[in-house]
Amino acid sequence: MDEINSVKIEFLSRSRNESFARTAVACFAAQLDPTLDELGDIKTAVSEAVTNCIVHAYPDSLGRISVKARLFGDSSLEIAVRDWGRGIEDIGAARAPMFTTGGDERSGMGFSIMESFMDKLRVRSKPGRGTTVTMTRRIASRADAR
Amino acid sequence: MNLETEFVGGTLRLRFDGELDHHAAKKAVATIEEYIDAFLPRRCVMDFSGVTFMDSSGIAVLIKTRKRMGELDGTLGVENIRKQPMRVLRAAGVDRIVPIAAPAAKEA
Repeated sequence: MDEINSVKIEFLSRSRNESFARTAVACFAAQLDPTLDELGDIKTAVSEAVTNCIVHAYPDSLGRISVKARLFGDSSLEIAVRDWGRGIEDIGAARAPMFTTGGDERSGMGFSIMESFMDKLRVRSKPGRGTTVTMTRRIASRADAR
Repeated sequence: MNLETEFVGGTLRLRFDGELDHHAAKKAVATIEEYIDAFLPRRCVMDFSGVTFMDSSGIAVLIKTRKRMGELDGTLGVENIRKQPMRVLRAAGVDRIVPIAAPAAKEA
């Protein structure tokens, strides 16, 4: 599928950047003329992925997080959130609902919400090397909906 | 994220304003605990009319507050929730364990 446009942002793993990251991706996605619900879903999924980097990839340090968003000709949006942090030992366990290593400040529902709000979710991780979460969502054309 | 509180007739009302993400949740949890410990309410109501965005960090805030209210034999309810936070709570099944009143009539 042809890539129509792309953007890449990189920032430090400070929690105040969660809002920046989801808003930046939502602004980029606005080119596809999404509904408010679709924009809300995209913002939520980005927020979950970036929060995971901040809480789990770099628990005791500051590190780099990159977010790459790509638009394709079929009105789909791909978002890749990458870190170079601790990595995930057991991806299956991490994706299971209610599983968390973050204590009672975390609900363990981050991956479940990303899965339910996006069409596809792929997680690649190497312990000690980092994690990349790639999510895809097709934006329904409003003309199709009519 | 701002938090306003009111304690009337045994009910602690917490009104949130802004975006409830991980950044805001850290402070919100500490503030809610302080108010619950100070007033020991029979009922806690979280008014979400001003919450314009919420992710799973907000779920953790709700679950933690529900647990604390349970320790006091009290109850927790959520009121005036907007569409996006409601979608998050539904996706996680939280609407089955915390009573959620009708959504806010007007979306900003």
